Amino acid sequence: MPRAARKPKLAVWKFASCDGCQLSLLDCEDELLAVAGNIDIAYFPEATRTVLRGPYDVSLVEGSITTAHDAHRLHQVRRQSRRLITIGACATAGGIQALRNFHDVEEFTRQVYAHPDYISTLKTATPISAHVPVDFELRGCPVDKGQLLEVLTAFLHGRPAHVPTHGVCMECKQRGAVCVLVTGAAACLGPVTQAGCGALCPAYGRGCFGCFGPKETPNPVSLAPRLAARGLTPRDLQRLYRSFNAASEPFRQEGDRHGG
Amino acid sequence: MQHVGAEPPDPPALRHTADRSRRIALDQCAAAPNADASRMPPAPALLTRDGLDALLAALHADGFRVLGPTVQDGAIIYDDVVRVADLPVGWTDRQDGGSYRLERRDDTAVFGHTVGPYAWKRFLHPPLLRLWRAEPGADGVEIATDAHAAQPMAFLGVRACELQAIAIQDKVFLHGPFVDPHYKARRQGLFIVAVNCGQAGGTCFCASMQAGPKAEAGFDLALTELADGFLVEAGTARGAVLLDRLPHRPASEEEQQQAAAIVAATAAQMGRHIPDAAALPALLLGNLDHPRWDAVAQRCLSCGNCTQVCPTCFCTNVTDTTDLTGATDRTRRWDSCFAVDFSYIHGGAVRPAPRSRYRQWMTHKLASWVAQFGTSGCTGCGRCVTWCPVGIDITEEVAAIRAAPAPAAAAPAAPQSPP
Repeated sequence: MPRAARKPKLAVWKFASCDGCQLSLLDCEDELLAVAGNIDIAYFPEATRTVLRGPYDVSLVEGSITTAHDAHRLHQVRRQSRRLITIGACATAGGIQALRNFHDVEEFTRQVYAHPDYISTLKTATPISAHVPVDFELRGCPVDKGQLLEVLTAFLHGRPAHVPTHGVCMECKQRGAVCVLVTGAAACLGPVTQAGCGALCPAYGRGCFGCFGPKETPNPVSLAPRLAARGLTPRDLQRLYRSFNAASEPFRQEGDRHGG
Repeated sequence: MQHVGAEPPDPPALRHTADRSRRIALDQCAAAPNADASRMPPAPALLTRDGLDALLAALHADGFRVLGPTVQDGAIIYDDVVRVADLPVGWTDRQDGGSYRLERRDDTAVFGHTVGPYAWKRFLHPPLLRLWRAEPGADGVEIATDAHAAQPMAFLGVRACELQAIAIQDKVFLHGPFVDPHYKARRQGLFIVAVNCGQAGGTCFCASMQAGPKAEAGFDLALTELADGFLVEAGTARGAVLLDRLPHRPASEEEQQQAAAIVAATAAQMGRHIPDAAALPALLLGNLDHPRWDAVAQRCLSCGNCTQVCPTCFCTNVTDTTDLTGATDRTRRWDSCFAVDFSYIHGGAVRPAPRSRYRQWMTHKLASWVAQFGTSGCTGCGRCVTWCPVGIDITEEVAAIRAAPAPAAAAPAAPQSPP
């Protein structure tokens, strides 16, 4: 694909989120110059005060939608963006803040704020795809910087991105980590979680926390007795699934199954 | 290859920066072991534990990267070893479906364990391999490869089932119509020190698959651990030459009987069984619609662990990735028939449901592999049973299908294996 004379314009947008995924882009230390050399960073308040007007060739969107104002702003972002890529668990599944979806958010605001009447928020935290069409969803809490670069490069070069949807176990075995479930070292969500992190936690003897959300054809129902055999109560099992990707459908269902 | 750069490149002047001389040297190295094969292997010898240290030292002195069992992260895995103290002295393992526990032995046996999560394929057929990298250069596109191993390897503690697995992967990578240069480069010159198993693990069934527990062929040296040393047999002239350099004495008749008794006891100890393995192709291919596939699909996580730990599973995925500097990497990575994308063709995956993926894996391993390569794809090592997070047991699945086969399977017209 011949490169256009003009460098593509990149925008990075933030909704309800912790900024960690945006920082993954700045963490691309070795590759950052190549990124900056190939694209115009047109809107990225975390990195620069310079603002170039839209439309933008690629928009990276971080965060979930938790206010009516954000929902409105998201539609404006979509209108200005040729390609829209969500980055991270918040933008892709609602994030940790989607725990509000399981409870009464007004009750939360009453407990936390002295004057809850000043708080204007939606009852749910929802992913970007619940509001506008999304061209690609990149998983993770935070996203993996290698995958972020891969997706950006793929879009700039007009080729498919290599982002596997199989489970963490494949990466875990390939890096030579010993299975913490089978040795009994930890409860691990690796067998139901999408790859992308390089099996970071199991490689350090910890169980997978499920940061990258459900893998393709997940089977948490089969994994449950295995986790329960480690002494996990139904409440523990529910909490395992109710984290960064609590509102992703397979994890939501599994969490609900252990409620009570 | 699509080149993405500032300007379309001239007809690429491909320049191979791979080290050709090294490849030739490896070819010569591979020819060496057979050069004086007429020399008969000597009678079994006895090596003391100090002799085992001398063996390690000799392999290092000969320039090998020596890999053997080590205790790490709650398991026995293969890694670089320098001296006997690096080996799992006094350790053993207890294995069952979905369960592996390291335990202390009440003696100081060096090889008193069975196979762990690593298979030797990790070193002969690495999980991740950059096949080449193409970069824009002054004269066009420059291609560099770092896919060939630099140092010949020696494997210490290879079990009979693993020798069989290496023989199977040799068939796949070296003896078919296409020779895999990356496997070949690692396999050539490989020095194998086998170990006859002194005990069987809870998920072992090599005896059922005629793959063990005695190392019959495919090794340079084979050890059997006795109470006060190792009975050593040389399988190649190269092994005999190395043995000559180690402090040893001829093994007594009694010691040879002890070694034979140890292997016989191991054979009688198998934790799992598949009776009449020769009948598996007809049985499984005649039961492709057996209800058991639905039952196992309910349990299967489609995580692919069984394929990653299997010593014979060889599938890979090759991807070309461009980066922002204009370079392209071609990378090969272990793949698994349990991944949806594995069976992706234009329009979608052929095996979208875990049922068809499990069935593909098991019928290939135990049945259609025979038609394809002339042997079973299973060596009875038990890794797929131990390392399945939910303990799905291939021997149990076979037994379930065998207990209630489809009427067609019993009919005289046995189903044809796929080509």
